[in-house]
Amino acid sequence: MKCQRCSKPATLHITEVLPHDKFDELHLCEECAKKYLYASAGKKAGKGGGEMDDPGGKVCEACGLKFVEFRNSGRLGCPHDYDSFRDELVPLLESIHGDAKHAGKGPRRGPKGKADQHELAHARRQLQKAITDEDYEAAAKLRDKIKRLEDQG
Amino acid sequence: MNLDSLLQNLGEWLRGTGAESDVVVSTRIRLARNLADVPFTTRASPAQKGEIEGRVREAIARADHTPKLDYLSVAGLPPLDRLFLVERQLISRELANALDGPRGVAFDPRESVSVMVNEEDHLRIQVMRSGLALDEAWDTIDKVDDALEARLSYAYHERFGYLTACPTNVGTGLRASVMLHLPALGITKEIEKLFRSLQKINLVVRGLYGEGSRASGDLYQISNQVTLGKDEHTLLVEIREVIDVALKYERRARQALLKERRQAEQDRVARAIGTLGSATMITSEETMELLSAVRLGIHLNLIGDLPPTTVNQLFIHSQAAHLQKLTGQVLDGEERNAARAKYLRNRLRDLGANK
Repeated sequence: MKCQRCSKPATLHITEVLPHDKFDELHLCEECAKKYLYASAGKKAGKGGGEMDDPGGKVCEACGLKFVEFRNSGRLGCPHDYDSFRDELVPLLESIHGDAKHAGKGPRRGPKGKADQHELAHARRQLQKAITDEDYEAAAKLRDKIKRLEDQG
Repeated sequence: MNLDSLLQNLGEWLRGTGAESDVVVSTRIRLARNLADVPFTTRASPAQKGEIEGRVREAIARADHTPKLDYLSVAGLPPLDRLFLVERQLISRELANALDGPRGVAFDPRESVSVMVNEEDHLRIQVMRSGLALDEAWDTIDKVDDALEARLSYAYHERFGYLTACPTNVGTGLRASVMLHLPALGITKEIEKLFRSLQKINLVVRGLYGEGSRASGDLYQISNQVTLGKDEHTLLVEIREVIDVALKYERRARQALLKERRQAEQDRVARAIGTLGSATMITSEETMELLSAVRLGIHLNLIGDLPPTTVNQLFIHSQAAHLQKLTGQVLDGEERNAARAKYLRNRLRDLGANK
């Protein structure tokens, strides 16, 4: 079976439950299905919110990804995007998962305290930036600092 | 690594053993993980991908308490070998063909644990089990994850959990998939009803290999959609509950078939074996359909002689890349259909199943 929106094979078969016991069936490839799910998630998340301040122009300082790029591709650029676009991602995560707070296992290594975790995330962001800027002296120092923080756990 | 040496093995997921194996073919759990200080794969430069590959390879080589995993670079493999790995469910189609740059997979000789490197996420850890074995698969993957985490700094967020390139995987990064053989529900047309009830509770159903037609050999994969907000144990319990319902429906439908149309089913199974043993051209889709009838026939005791593992072997060997490796020839579509028919004829004759 082919995807209803492009020529790739349909791999996801979505049944939308409509009012009055009606169903709508969609057969899509992985990519189109993701776009479709985002679009419908966006619709739900957008309810009540004004479209005045479009976040599409926001940029992650660590990897340079624009929010609009994420909206088009459905893929984030780096781990820091979750902080850079936090305000936009929380409603999206809530509509995908029904929740936006992790429950489950976590790494055993690494700092346990909130302040140290924050410092570690900050150092990693700085490191990524230093490498992009080709500031290798700063990068070496940051690497040492990160190693020290990581080995605490 | 010589991939051809895998050819005669069935791989963990096709061993045909384990709990509920009359309906459940296999259980698979995967965890998505990323390194903390590098961009996700799609945004990483070739040099960064090389660095990621190097770091993960080293962690895999030194990891304690995990099966020994051998690493294979997919970037350097010929297309036939890539497809071979896809058919064995060791890598995704994306890793095989859609992605570029340094990437690969590490797996153990039993093909029960694999780690894809530089797929959509830096690491995609996967554990396979034959039959229904969610708890066992979780125990294993949890240990492999811990062993790798001891040597790698994962991207982890106190609020969002394990961070992934796509927000649909964030949190636990866990996707559990159970592959079911549901031929009787297909015959009684109750399958649609089952899917609808599943979709209402956020579970996804798809065909084998995520491929084309949804009824490919009556094989379906049921997996969780939610990865954030529930812990791993809860996610597995929720899947397990649904699998139990599917099992119950399928078994009930099988008993009804036996009661109401035993003769017709016996005839259908015998014809399936007849066609498999005498066709001179056969597509992979038709093979899958016929093997589905044979598999059902075995579990309903409508035929003797054939062990379920034989069906699994015929199933994997009749796939495009396996067939070409078995015959040692590059074959186009038509030639493949002829080679597939020849292979099936010979195998069934050897088994004496077509008397």
